[in-house]
Amino acid sequence: MSIKRSLTSVPLRLSTLAVLFFLMLGTQVFAVNPEVSDSEEAISAGKSIFNANCRTCHRLDQKNVGPALRGVTDRHSLDWNKRFIRNSQLLIASGDPEAVAIYNEFNQLVMPNHEFLSDDDLMNLLAYIEYGDKVDPAAQAAAGEGAQVAGGGTGIPSEYLTIILGVLVVVLLLILIVLGLIISILTKYLSNQKLDEEDKEFLDQKFDFKKLIRSDAFVIIITALVMALVVKTALDELYTIGVQQGYAPSQPIAFSHQLHAGQYEVPCQYCHTGVEIGKSANIPSANICMNCHTHIQNVGGKEGISPEIAKIYDAYDNNKPIEWVRIHNLPDLSYFNHAQHVAVGGVECQTCHGPIEEMEVVYQHSALTMGWCIDCHRQTNIRANGNEYYDKLVQLHSNSKDALKVKDIGGLECAKCHY
Amino acid sequence: MKENKKTYWKGLEELTNDETFVKNAEREFPEGPSNLDGSNRRDFLKLMGFSLAAASLAACEAPVRKAIPYVNKPVDINPSIPNYYASTYASGGDYASIVVKTREGRPIKIDGNKLSPISKGGTNAIVEASVLSLYDKQRLSGPYINGEKSDWATIDAEVKSKLSTAGTVRIVANTVLSPSTQLSINQLAETIGAEIVTYDPISNYGISSAAKTSYGVEGIPTYHFDKANVIVSFGADFLGTWISPIEFAKQYANGRKISKEKPQMSRHFQFESNLSLTGANADYRTPIKPSQSGLAVLALYNAIAKQSGASTVAGGAVEVGHLDKAAKELWANRGKSIVVSGSNDPNVQIVINAINDLLENNGITVDFSKPSYFRKGDDAKMSQFVSDLAAGRVGGVVFYNCNPVYDFARGAEIAEGIAKAKVSVATNGTMDETASLVQYLAPDHHYLESWNDFNPRKGEYSLSQPTISPLFDTRQAQESFLIWAGNNTNYYDFLQENWSSSLFGTQSEISNFQEFWDRSLFNGVYSLSAESSAVQSLTDISVAASSISKTYKADNGGVELAVYSKVGIGSGAFSNNPWLQEMSDPISKATWDNYLTVSQKWANENGLKMAEGATRKANITIGGKSLSVPVLVQPGQADGTVGLALGYGRSKAGRVADGVGVNAFELLDASKGFVNYDITEGVSIELTSESYKIAQTQTHQTYMGREFVIQEATLGEYKENASAGRYFPKVYKEGEFLKPSKISLWKGHQYSQHHWGLAIDMNSCIGCGACTIACQVENNVSVVGKQEVLNRREMAWIRIDRYYSSPEGASTNEELELAADNPEVTFQPMMCQHCNNAPCETVCPVAATTHSSEGLNQMTYNRCIGTRYCANNCPYKVRRFNWFKYHDNKDFATVNVAQNDDLGKMVLNPDVTVRARGVIEKCSMCVQRIQAGKLTAKREARKVQDGDINTACASACPTNAIVFGDMNDPESNITKMLKIQEDTTSALKEVNEERAYHVLEEINVSPNVWYFTKIRNKDKSEA
Repeated sequence: MSIKRSLTSVPLRLSTLAVLFFLMLGTQVFAVNPEVSDSEEAISAGKSIFNANCRTCHRLDQKNVGPALRGVTDRHSLDWNKRFIRNSQLLIASGDPEAVAIYNEFNQLVMPNHEFLSDDDLMNLLAYIEYGDKVDPAAQAAAGEGAQVAGGGTGIPSEYLTIILGVLVVVLLLILIVLGLIISILTKYLSNQKLDEEDKEFLDQKFDFKKLIRSDAFVIIITALVMALVVKTALDELYTIGVQQGYAPSQPIAFSHQLHAGQYEVPCQYCHTGVEIGKSANIPSANICMNCHTHIQNVGGKEGISPEIAKIYDAYDNNKPIEWVRIHNLPDLSYFNHAQHVAVGGVECQTCHGPIEEMEVVYQHSALTMGWCIDCHRQTNIRANGNEYYDKLVQLHSNSKDALKVKDIGGLECAKCHY
Repeated sequence: MKENKKTYWKGLEELTNDETFVKNAEREFPEGPSNLDGSNRRDFLKLMGFSLAAASLAACEAPVRKAIPYVNKPVDINPSIPNYYASTYASGGDYASIVVKTREGRPIKIDGNKLSPISKGGTNAIVEASVLSLYDKQRLSGPYINGEKSDWATIDAEVKSKLSTAGTVRIVANTVLSPSTQLSINQLAETIGAEIVTYDPISNYGISSAAKTSYGVEGIPTYHFDKANVIVSFGADFLGTWISPIEFAKQYANGRKISKEKPQMSRHFQFESNLSLTGANADYRTPIKPSQSGLAVLALYNAIAKQSGASTVAGGAVEVGHLDKAAKELWANRGKSIVVSGSNDPNVQIVINAINDLLENNGITVDFSKPSYFRKGDDAKMSQFVSDLAAGRVGGVVFYNCNPVYDFARGAEIAEGIAKAKVSVATNGTMDETASLVQYLAPDHHYLESWNDFNPRKGEYSLSQPTISPLFDTRQAQESFLIWAGNNTNYYDFLQENWSSSLFGTQSEISNFQEFWDRSLFNGVYSLSAESSAVQSLTDISVAASSISKTYKADNGGVELAVYSKVGIGSGAFSNNPWLQEMSDPISKATWDNYLTVSQKWANENGLKMAEGATRKANITIGGKSLSVPVLVQPGQADGTVGLALGYGRSKAGRVADGVGVNAFELLDASKGFVNYDITEGVSIELTSESYKIAQTQTHQTYMGREFVIQEATLGEYKENASAGRYFPKVYKEGEFLKPSKISLWKGHQYSQHHWGLAIDMNSCIGCGACTIACQVENNVSVVGKQEVLNRREMAWIRIDRYYSSPEGASTNEELELAADNPEVTFQPMMCQHCNNAPCETVCPVAATTHSSEGLNQMTYNRCIGTRYCANNCPYKVRRFNWFKYHDNKDFATVNVAQNDDLGKMVLNPDVTVRARGVIEKCSMCVQRIQAGKLTAKREARKVQDGDINTACASACPTNAIVFGDMNDPESNITKMLKIQEDTTSALKEVNEERAYHVLEEINVSPNVWYFTKIRNKDKSEA
């Protein structure tokens, strides 16, 4: 292994150096405005502003709906930046050539106003844009290398396992055949020898297969086994009635969560607006789609209008709601509230919905059975920290060794979900 | 011990121990058909095999359900999150300022608006139920011309041209409380030269007419029952139906809330013919005949005049019990007393005004300087209109949301007269008795779809705003009036302009009109401050007194009819609402009917024996008009009188109300210049042999004669001993007598966070039933219809038990029967008691009913298999079984409209399951509201504050008799009321309030619902 590692790492390191060199050249292109602070606090304050307001359309180093932002203080004056962020339309209307150029470059896409941002906010934001989340090329390269090495070093890929198993089975079968051959040769040899009665009888004894089959014990055992199997299968099947795990109906629009949530990292809450405030997470209304798709008319920068996106336009223009097929069908008799789980409990979307950011077509990841709910309520800790509501419960629970779990505060009671 | 105690009974059959009552009482569930369509148990079994297989096969296919989001989501609407809008309920002159709860843009619940200085957050049954009338699919779906569907352009053109050439035009309306509506009507009236005629189905013309005569005041006085130590009412049902009952109930309860710190309450005398809700709450109630009422008022005047030294008037020689006592106490409390009368006779009201003047109540408890406008009807003018119409002297008539063909005394004449007018127009929202006769129907929006303003009292304004887009092609009547007057302003702008010009200038706080408007709309109300003062009297009462002496008799021989209105049905305008039809009347506990209430004596004389609703019909004939009505024996009914309720006998109200009961408006007399509800002459009643069943709920769910369900005392006893009237059961164990709570089979629950409970003050509960309807709306409780009520299968989660009681010491049958002539009445709201040692939980074989860690007794419908053991084992009889599938079932489509058609279903509360057939249901203490309130607190990372969460019954209660709260929270109102001092997580709380008790404490089921003893303000224990 060690030989292999050293062998592969040489070219990698060389390429790392090359990348580093290139990037250093690159960074020389962006001369950050010296007024922009590079303090940690400013960057982290700026990051939260960025995530809340800009992230849907912008990336730091990558062109998205809007331009890649790093270097923006070099390209434009500080004052221009502030004015553009606060109210780009005003600047464009004033005929500022830089602003108009950007506006036209990005398909006359209107950037929302951010007049609520103070001067300090803007400086923090710019600090983040210039200094935040810088991809350290050396680190990136090293990380990539490490991952590669780790992948080779710890696990055996599953296809190898299958091959090894197959080989083992073949070997075992060969051994069996060889053993059988040995027995038959030995029997032949012995039958040619002189033997006493007892040995002869032993040698001649035959396995009476028919008798075994007819024996009561055998019949009973087999019948019981078959019955057990049938009952087990029937019960298993019965338990799946109404359980639609894996249900992945085709939708009126081939919307890809993999593209939106995965590749473009659009936050779930951007579209599912109700998830932290109410019972329903909300399927986004067409006007939310239109926030971006007014401008993004096709996938991957292709020309023309994608037929799928055209369906949104059709719905929007004709005031005709999109009839999505509901995937997660909780029965009416149970009450589920997203806000309780997401806003209060801090449960990740993926906990119940699975790797949604990898789903091209969304399917029902979890069983959504009562047993599944209850299991989670048994295991999950209450997120009581900083929430005054739970103070008394935490205090009363403080004698216990275990953490305060949902089950400890009535999470298994009927009328928590059924009323 | 027994000899000293009062006897309580729920119905006469219980008092007399009738055999049908005993039989039914022993049976938890009634026998009888449990299926409607003829299929039986065997068919069920045969089908079961097939269905099981079919169900499993069908289940393999996932049903495709759609999730359809908005195209353009309105900013304010988030699915699953309710929005609340301040608005106003007004119908005729009935008024309440309300807050409408909407979900996904649908109004689903109405609560009171606490900011209103008039209704102060209270509601009543009719207001609570009015949300269902919005979703009535029998509302008109667009304009009609001569019974044919038309469009607005056509109707506008034709109405405009025809009205302008019709000659004499009359615009007929009920009381218009809205100044802007009045302006729009005036504009139309001016344009076409019309005159406006106002009447009210339940008229108080006597009061407004007397106000004009006595003081020259337009309107009716504003009353303050809370400022009165002594209340005397002659037939005014001010807690149930009279003028502004929500407001009066709140005031009344404030004057009667009692505590150790304030051991005082008002004393209430009631003189009336029918046992009304108000009479049932009175400390001293005297049954009198309507023919005596005028004389009784005169007698009271004379008695007070004697004490004050004023000159007495002739007349008033009549023997009325408690009248002298009332007079003495009124005089002793002058300036702090109130005298009212329900009579519609202006002469009686003039004397009432004079009495209040003598008592120096003018300007204090009876305020003419700040008049109310709840009743503007002018009976004399209306009668004149009917005569003109009948004689063909009216060329054109416009009915603004009123139905005089049905609800005016001379309705039949109007029905005939309409055809004689050249043009007839109505804006009614349904094809009712009047609307079906007019040529042009321009239906108005429902009030929950409308903009409007209101001026119910001098200086008090409120607004209403749409809470949903119009469901049908209707148009605001005001807009129609403006268009017909040639004014094309839309009504919203018209309204704003009106507020801008008339009200914006009355304040200086806000300088921007939009801001002023937004704030008024947000609050729902806007008040101008004004001082109250006494108004100078203009007349003496000699004319009125001599007229009274002539018309009233101390000793009338014949039977008299006192027509009244019911708390739930009112004038019948909303009688097509099944919630109101099935709400049991607070007194008679009857549903789905009106009936002739007769006294026990009359029944005995006529050989009528009534038990378990089984009775006979009688023919009542007045002036040639005859009606066939079932008879109901009513304790407390004055001898020689019968009562009949208005609001029934509708012929074109819709599928729910049509054909229910008889129309008593036909019997009213409008010949004396006012609509007379007391028919004292020419009444003949003839009992027929036709048998009939009245669906009464009173004897359902009996406690099998257990004692001490009601615990009560008089004020004097309470002052001496705060726990007077309390019963302290003791259980014998190992040589000593212990409190039942000291002995238990159970370990007892621990409630570490919340301990929800209810405290119910029986002194404040007036029995109005607002809570029952609020509960029905909030919890999607099914309506089952008359037949199923007769089968004792009503579904109400909260009922108000009405107990009659005899005076202490009455034990012989004769004494008890005498007591039944005028019994004391006690109301006790009864719902699931959420017992800590719940008997239902232990008997459920499938653990479908369990206890929560917050003190709630939980009912899990999807687990219930319908053994009904729990209901059998419930000592309070509050569990209800779903004998049928009441939703999506054509057999219940005409009664349970909220669960059977697409439109009706829009009223359902999406947070509460609609129950299936075969499961038990019961009060959940509004667990959906508790969960929602807790979630809000958690999201805001704070504790639940007292008042964040309230049950539907408690928030609807106009008298705050029901208080909900967390008994673990030392700051909560309920903890303070019950005086729970220790801080414990135990389910068993030590309650230090002397009046608080558990119903059936002796069986130690340890409920989380506490009752406060009823205190009567009587001198000694007397009936």
